[in-house]
Amino acid sequence: MKIRRIGIGALALAAASALVLTGCSTGGDTPSTSGSNTSIITANGSEPQNPLIPTNTNEVGGGKILDEIFAGLVYYDAKGAPVNDVAESIETDDAQNYTIKIKPGLKFTNGDPVDATSFVDAWQYGALLSNAQLSSYFFEDIEGFSYDADSPLTGLKVVDDTTFTVALTSPKSDFPLRLGYSAFYPLPKTAFEDMAAFGENPIGNGPYMLAGEGAWKHNEKIDLVVNPDYDGGRVPKNGGLSIVFYATQDAAYADLQGGNLDVLDAVPDSAYQTFESDLGDRAVNQAAAVFQSFTIPARLPHFDGEEGKLRRAAISMSINREEITKVIFEGTRTPASDFTSPVIDGWTDKLEGADVLAYNPDEAVKLWAQADAISPWSGTFQIAYNADGGHQGWVDAVSNSIKNTLGIDASGAPSPTFAEVRTAITDRSIQTAFRTGWQADYPGLFNFLGPIYATDAGSNDGDYSNPDFDALLAKGSSETDVDTANKDFQDAQEILLKDLPAIPLWYSNVTGGYGTDVSNVTFGWNSVPLFYEITKG
Amino acid sequence: MAGYIFRRVLQAIPVFFGTTFLIYFMVFAMPGDPIVALFGDKTPNPAVIEQLRQQYHLDQPFIVQYFLYIGGIFRGDFGTSFSGEPVTQILARTFPVTIRLAVLALIFQSVAGIAVGLVSGLRKGKLFDSSALVVSLILISLPIFVIAYVAQFVFGVQLGWARTTVGPGAPLQDLILPAIVLASVSFAQIVRLTRSSVIETSGLDFVRTAYSKGLSRKRIVPVHILRNSLIPVVTYLATDFGVLLVGATVTEGIFNVPGVGNTLYQAIIRGEGPTVVSFVTVMVLLYLVVNLVVDLLYGLLDPRIRLVK
Repeated sequence: MKIRRIGIGALALAAASALVLTGCSTGGDTPSTSGSNTSIITANGSEPQNPLIPTNTNEVGGGKILDEIFAGLVYYDAKGAPVNDVAESIETDDAQNYTIKIKPGLKFTNGDPVDATSFVDAWQYGALLSNAQLSSYFFEDIEGFSYDADSPLTGLKVVDDTTFTVALTSPKSDFPLRLGYSAFYPLPKTAFEDMAAFGENPIGNGPYMLAGEGAWKHNEKIDLVVNPDYDGGRVPKNGGLSIVFYATQDAAYADLQGGNLDVLDAVPDSAYQTFESDLGDRAVNQAAAVFQSFTIPARLPHFDGEEGKLRRAAISMSINREEITKVIFEGTRTPASDFTSPVIDGWTDKLEGADVLAYNPDEAVKLWAQADAISPWSGTFQIAYNADGGHQGWVDAVSNSIKNTLGIDASGAPSPTFAEVRTAITDRSIQTAFRTGWQADYPGLFNFLGPIYATDAGSNDGDYSNPDFDALLAKGSSETDVDTANKDFQDAQEILLKDLPAIPLWYSNVTGGYGTDVSNVTFGWNSVPLFYEITKG
Repeated sequence: MAGYIFRRVLQAIPVFFGTTFLIYFMVFAMPGDPIVALFGDKTPNPAVIEQLRQQYHLDQPFIVQYFLYIGGIFRGDFGTSFSGEPVTQILARTFPVTIRLAVLALIFQSVAGIAVGLVSGLRKGKLFDSSALVVSLILISLPIFVIAYVAQFVFGVQLGWARTTVGPGAPLQDLILPAIVLASVSFAQIVRLTRSSVIETSGLDFVRTAYSKGLSRKRIVPVHILRNSLIPVVTYLATDFGVLLVGATVTEGIFNVPGVGNTLYQAIIRGEGPTVVSFVTVMVLLYLVVNLVVDLLYGLLDPRIRLVK
């Protein structure tokens, strides 16, 4: 009698567990095809934060996928130089009016033609205010753009199937360079019928395409196969690409070590010290187009005018960048010598005034004393940062460096979340210096300067304004010769080195690695491997 | 019995409204604007922010947002994530994975924990008991991420016995290692619990009576000792199952399990109100159900505990 009751209990529990187990596994399992084709490259990624619509993707997780399934007018080679992809030619006489011809006969993977209209319509869609696209600001230089009301881009005109013209509101010599960014990708006609559905199963014209409907398995991976119709400079040398989404970089790194992942483009902090010995010559550690700094808004007391310049220079010279990048980052950062990045065409470490970025405690103390003569210092120098981003180590190191050199109170000011610190920066309620970083959208010097330091620019969080700097940017933008333009941008940076609206710290390196059975792994200027070149087996 | 269950279900209704309201309020009160954070280190144009706020009803006062959300739930619409995916789909995708992981972990910890605990209790003070004590103390005092990383490195990377992370579709064989890790801490608790309970029961009068009646040890141990020692263990297992069901954020993160804990963590980071609230609501309901089942199980194990008055 008693035994029976236990028996029933145990039996019921076991049966229930079995039911749950089988019920769930039939629901979750999916037929796997990757086993049959050995040349599928697996790479790490993260779940896209937005639907896969080119103009609505501004983060790495989605951008990495879009760059493989779309072909824009140009693409960037490993060094960041633009190469025509869909474009036949991009011509201008004045850096303001462009005539773009595209290659004839190209098709999206659903058969829709890639023509002038598919570009113009996509850009119009991306720019329209009520579509609220995250990358709409990329179109702000095109005539007709408005942040205040829905307004068509009148500067775009379709001439014929393979030609369209672009009129900008002012000369922008680097406009052709921008055209490789995902916001400028074309869209097939079907996209406009139901953009939400398109964002889930995007149809592109790039080297790869989605492996059928539902290839995007949310929070797990996205499977891409080679697009046989792609006819450009990025024809894949492998059978496809499986981008696996990882919640943490540590998990991705473990998979690389365990042989489940072919290519990794983000080594976790915890492995900085060991990854180069773990992976040997399969480790990657090279400079990338990411610039890190902290911004001191001019509205802070003591940081305006002549006094401000002296204090900014003193703070900059009191930071031992060499040591911090070595000790805190294990050599995965490169001390900054300008406001851009070494992977960008036109970068130089020979700018006049760049010595302000070198550690020079004696000079720093002298400058700080001169500033004190104008108006004595009081209070604490603080750098605000988000505590959820792994910034505490270097902020503390930088604060200590300042504190020890100048003998003032300096510390980090953590906020719990990224959203909180960004909101305070955006609404200007922040009353300290704050961490700033810039990852380039396209490989041009202007992209590191215009959006951040030009008067009233979108990301000018420190409200910096210097007419001479603005004039040099405008001059550079109106040059049609790239080298002449870069010279102007370098001159503009020399002004920044005097004013120091932000204190440059270092360039982030791309840290990554790859498995034993893949080869030809090159990392591009934007820290993403050139997947199409990778071979396996 | 039916009346009792009915009353418990009725009680769930205020709990449902209370939790959704509280959680919604907490997400709302989180400092910082999630829309601004969508733009990373770049500063968006105010007009674009305004458009996006309208799209997600973030421009409305809190109470309006809450009722819009609740209204949606009753139409089967739990809202959408920033990536445009309906939250119902996210729920349907992640809960099965976590349930599978939780059931596996529960099986491991109950089978191993009760067995080791029983033997320890019967051989109190012997070598087996002392070693079990040492092992369980170590497991209890180690943070779970240490166990997880070590297991991942040793069994995944070095020995290659298991996949380092959980592969696509979260198949059962990939979930074994994370489930063992997840079970390890509770395993130790169950060993301690079963052991002390078995020792206590062994000393009771009815056990001595059973021995003096001449019953065999084979019969006394499972029927008289084990069964009567199980009540605290079952309580522990059941609450633990509830805890496992609502997701193990740390373990899921380390093994990249596309389950509840992992997904919820990322939604919190992004400030996605609808996702967070829907997940927590489902968790609360699950917890209520598990607790009800536990209360019903008591009656089965010990007829002296009666639910119906």
